[in-house]
Amino acid sequence: MTDLLRLGLHDLHVSLGGKMVPFAGYEMPVQYPAGVMKEHLHTRAAAGLFDVSHMGQVILRPKTDMATLCAGFEAMMPVDVAGLAEGRQRYGLFTNEQGGILDDLMFANRGDHLFVVVNAACKAADIAHMQAHLAAVAEVLPVTDRALLALQGPQAEAALASLVPQVMAMRFMDVAVVDSVFGALWISRSGYTGEDGFEISVPDGGAHGLAEALLAMAEVAPIGLGARDSLRLEAGLCLYGHDIDEGTSPVEAGLTWAIQKTRRAGGARMGGFPGVARILRELADGPARRRVGLRPDGRAPMREGTALFSPDGAPAGTVTSGGFGPSVEAPIAMGYIDAKLADNGTALMGDVRGKHLPVTVCDLPFHPTSYKR
Amino acid sequence: MKYTKEHEWLRVEGDLVVIGITEHAATQLGDVVFVELPEIETMVSTGDEIVVIESVKAASDILAPLDGEIVQVNAKLVDNPALVNEDPTGAGWFFKMAIDDLGALDDYMDEDEYADFIG
Repeated sequence: MTDLLRLGLHDLHVSLGGKMVPFAGYEMPVQYPAGVMKEHLHTRAAAGLFDVSHMGQVILRPKTDMATLCAGFEAMMPVDVAGLAEGRQRYGLFTNEQGGILDDLMFANRGDHLFVVVNAACKAADIAHMQAHLAAVAEVLPVTDRALLALQGPQAEAALASLVPQVMAMRFMDVAVVDSVFGALWISRSGYTGEDGFEISVPDGGAHGLAEALLAMAEVAPIGLGARDSLRLEAGLCLYGHDIDEGTSPVEAGLTWAIQKTRRAGGARMGGFPGVARILRELADGPARRRVGLRPDGRAPMREGTALFSPDGAPAGTVTSGGFGPSVEAPIAMGYIDAKLADNGTALMGDVRGKHLPVTVCDLPFHPTSYKR
Repeated sequence: MKYTKEHEWLRVEGDLVVIGITEHAATQLGDVVFVELPEIETMVSTGDEIVVIESVKAASDILAPLDGEIVQVNAKLVDNPALVNEDPTGAGWFFKMAIDDLGALDDYMDEDEYADFIG
């Protein structure tokens, strides 16, 4: 067992009563005294502050010009990088030669460079992967002196605007660099809860002050990893290593919205990414299995790993994320299902502790998203 | 009241023993969202997994603390699992057992010993 890393705001989490657990090599707050349920509901009703500093922040600085860098980045994923306007962010997916997903990420065009945020558990591999593929076109510069905070929920805009009024003008997936008393903030209007909100990269020296200033507001509460997971599950968002991994393709995962037309068959920059054969074939013919939403008919949650069966007992798939949705007020799950059984409304059975319990295929998300577009 | 190392409490009520989980356990589990209770008139042995509790975080079991018969279950928990968090030692009880030998309870911790156990 290797030593766990500590967040820059570790002492703040402890002083707030955060229960610290190992996650992706870090000691992370899984919940605060309010508990997962209240933290979840608070985020949907007001604003929640999440410390996501464990995630990887990376700057890609072009060696020659942005167009060459974007072309190089496009060769790593089935996503339109070149078409991303300055000041905008987009969701991306590193794919492997088999069309599986190495990681999902956010990348932003900041004029003279790209800013990338990757998952904590993948960040060392992602950085090595980018260094290997972009060596000729970019300097890959991990950002190690900044915290990353997410402020999410319907009152996130008002809360952050009271410190940084410029954020009022941002819409979903805009990015901006804003000077503040906490240092230069790299702000994106995004998050991973299904709510409107922001992710804020803040210099380590200003992180404590920014977090304290936000937490001093009545509408802002600290939120742990537990509620982060139930919020993203209700929003139908994938958790890397669970709902997507090296064996799942973006098409199976229902992430085709992340593959812009220009990279698809007939597009101006069609193909040219790892796993192109499988991904274009699945786009054309449909995948053999699909990620779907699942609503257990009863009250028993169906957790990750629950085996799913058709009503006649034939294997149908597996749950990849499952639990209780505090806003939905019912158990919810998602998983991969044989495409023939993946239509909305299909009745299946899930094996819960040896009992086959009914579960119904449903649309995602479970809880409507409220992004400010 | 007696306590097990699995954080159950046992309370003698007439010739029955009422069983639930402690406040400490309820706090550790987090918000309970599902409870699966045993069938009444089931004979159980010490250590049998007879109740499933699911919180927002995870599933866990309650073990039979004694040999005996399940004679009553708290059906209110099925529709309102949050009772386990709201009142773990009262309205959040799980089941009642009939046992042959109440002396078997002596093996379990008393309140002071349990307080030491959870530190």
